[in-house]
Amino acid sequence: MYVYDEHDRQMAAERVAQFRDQTERALAGELSEDEFLPLRLQNGLYVQRLAPMLRIAVPYGMLRSAQLRRLARITRDYDKGYAHFTTRQNVQLNWPEIEDVPDILAELAEVEMHANQTSGNCIRNTTTDQFSGVQADEITDPRPYCEIIRQWSTFHPEFAFLPRKFKVAVNASEHTDRAAIQVHDIGLQMMRNDKGELGFRVHVGGGLGRTPMVGPVIRDFLPELDLLTYLEAVLRVYNRYGRRDNKFKARIKILVKALTPEGFAAKVEEEWSHIKDSPTRLTQEAIEQFKGYFTEPDYEQVPDVKDVLATQRFENREFDQWIGHNVDTHKNPGYAIVTLTMKKTGTPPGDVSDRQLEQIADLADQYSFGEVRVTHQQNVVLADVRKDQLFELWQAITPMDFATANLNTLTDVICCPGGDYCALANAKSIPVAESIQRQFDDMDYLYDIGNIDLNISGCMNACGHHHVGNIGVLGVDKKGQEFYQISLGGSSHHDAAIGKILGPSFAREDMPEVMQKIINVYVDNRTEEEPFLDTYRRIGIEPFKERVYA
Amino acid sequence: MPDVITSDGSIRQDDWVVVPRPADGESLDIPEQPALIPADLWLAGKEHFEDRDDIGVWLDSHDEPETLAGVVNELPVIAVNFPKFSDGRGYSIARLLRERLNYQNELRAVGDVLLDQLQFMKRCGFDTYVLRADKDINKAARCLNFFTQGYQAATDTDEPLFRRRAS
Ligand code: HEM
Ligand code: SF4
Repeated sequence: MYVYDEHDRQMAAERVAQFRDQTERALAGELSEDEFLPLRLQNGLYVQRLAPMLRIAVPYGMLRSAQLRRLARITRDYDKGYAHFTTRQNVQLNWPEIEDVPDILAELAEVEMHANQTSGNCIRNTTTDQFSGVQADEITDPRPYCEIIRQWSTFHPEFAFLPRKFKVAVNASEHTDRAAIQVHDIGLQMMRNDKGELGFRVHVGGGLGRTPMVGPVIRDFLPELDLLTYLEAVLRVYNRYGRRDNKFKARIKILVKALTPEGFAAKVEEEWSHIKDSPTRLTQEAIEQFKGYFTEPDYEQVPDVKDVLATQRFENREFDQWIGHNVDTHKNPGYAIVTLTMKKTGTPPGDVSDRQLEQIADLADQYSFGEVRVTHQQNVVLADVRKDQLFELWQAITPMDFATANLNTLTDVICCPGGDYCALANAKSIPVAESIQRQFDDMDYLYDIGNIDLNISGCMNACGHHHVGNIGVLGVDKKGQEFYQISLGGSSHHDAAIGKILGPSFAREDMPEVMQKIINVYVDNRTEEEPFLDTYRRIGIEPFKERVYA
Repeated sequence: MPDVITSDGSIRQDDWVVVPRPADGESLDIPEQPALIPADLWLAGKEHFEDRDDIGVWLDSHDEPETLAGVVNELPVIAVNFPKFSDGRGYSIARLLRERLNYQNELRAVGDVLLDQLQFMKRCGFDTYVLRADKDINKAARCLNFFTQGYQAATDTDEPLFRRRAS
């Protein structure tokens, strides 16, 4: 994992000093609300309904145990003793005091963390696949490139006041896309061209929110050394020509649509032709240096435990289910990837207490080389667990409630904070998630209906990514009453698609029953082994409509 | 006489005034003193100003600096207007003037110029700044230098951190 050198440390310290100065000037009335706004947003501080919220960056989801412990301490000392994992691999505190934020940032800087550019109209935290570096089907480890992008985008002098926020995601797996790159402002798919050279396919203009869009490809192959100059060209075109007159039309997707993907690509190529060979062009040496931070841990020779595991699974049904759902194949045959689920029914998805953060830190130290990854499904991954320790780990995490074996199933809900916490909400979202989790609490039934992405947002800002859920739920306001609109058929993976609206919205108390009807239609129509999304694609939305509105 | 901040944080006074764009049908009123006029008007009537060495231009945030290609260095001063500090187009304009059009003379930030943006402006090639009148000019030197280095190459340096680290 990346480790700061003296340059990073110096800039981090200077940033904290700068924000302390800015906060003092704001509190002394030297900066108006309006002037302080972008400064605090770019330091993660967002003021909303009940209290300020501080969004802390977790670059591409990686955390060390010492950082988890520091986060735990911060939630205790400055907040109410819990934090929230977000759908962009970040961590949020919901109740900090504004005056304390510079101190919190200083505490974070001590463990090489920050809240830079986690809000505001700037380049945000770059996200990637939580299985980077440990999965078998990867073109190459994307994290060095994410770190390269992080450094390039941090305090970029030209792009601190873009028309709107800007998010980049990188994916390197050939067969899956856990980073949802096609719904980002820039989505980079790592690939090799026919000469075997490493590079990226570049998607631009994807996004959710009010105008959901799947990002078109604007360059089929970008050589790796050209990564930063090309990003700079895209950002410059956007900075100059993106709309600034209407906040709802300011995202790059609107510009790409207005110019057409071809027209936009041509403008980028023109700009790029001037800066391709500028000093911003990466060098092989620099890339190697970044790669040096993401080398493999010291894997040990793990004895073959196939038989032992088989016996343990046979004798213990819950362990068997957990292995089947929450454990993934590692590229090293002696190891496994374990996802700790933060989705116990009754707690808001993604919420963790200070104690749990420390438990996760201990687990990381004991079982996974002291590191974890935060996923955009709001779970936590131990990426390097010895197979001969799986049973012991499972026993350890079961009482901690991290072993709910529902990963990727209907009850592994992605859900925004909604009306319980968020000023912009039309409706609450957490109680809907909970009522659906209760409706589908029978594990055998849950496994039988298979992998289904359920995403819930409390308003069209789409923090819960409802458009790309196989089943999406959106909170809407009908004459002051909270209602929920359902869409079907979305996907955030390689086959990315925006879901289609089923029809008129429902009251909250009807949601479990409506969800049950949708699942029933699927079960009645599926062919053997056919997942929900495929059945939906085959039979279309009509049968669902007929049943639900009958 | 406006107070002008320079990139090293010192303060000086000079006489350059920004001449606003005349309303439709009105003609441009050129003062005696050094004047910055809308760039397109200068381009349209460049020959009228040949006897004066104290005429510069200003670009608004939606203007295209490329229109000045080839003639930038005839100008002693180019100003870029920030209509609102949150309008970031001026940063790209500055870099294009410096890095694409090879502009060598004074580049001035005018308009809604506040303290916390000064260092970004400096990195993009500005060398003088007219701070909004209600801001404390004595804090400018500090705000120009919050950071001792940056990650990227920009107008101020050809050495992004990844190149400095490698050497
Ligand atoms: C609690 C207070 C929160 C507020 C007030 C809030 C507000 C917003 C707003 C205004 C947007 C704007 C969308 C746009 O630019 O069109 C947004 C987007 C987003 N938020 Fe939140 N949010 C909150 C919490 C969260 C949380 C907890 C998560 C993670 C679970 C989250 C994840 C996101 C994501 C991923 C987007 C981007 C969706 C897109 O791609 O356009 N937000 N949020
Ligand atoms: S989707 Fe809406 S309700 Fe939910 S967190 Fe985002 S802004 Fe708030």
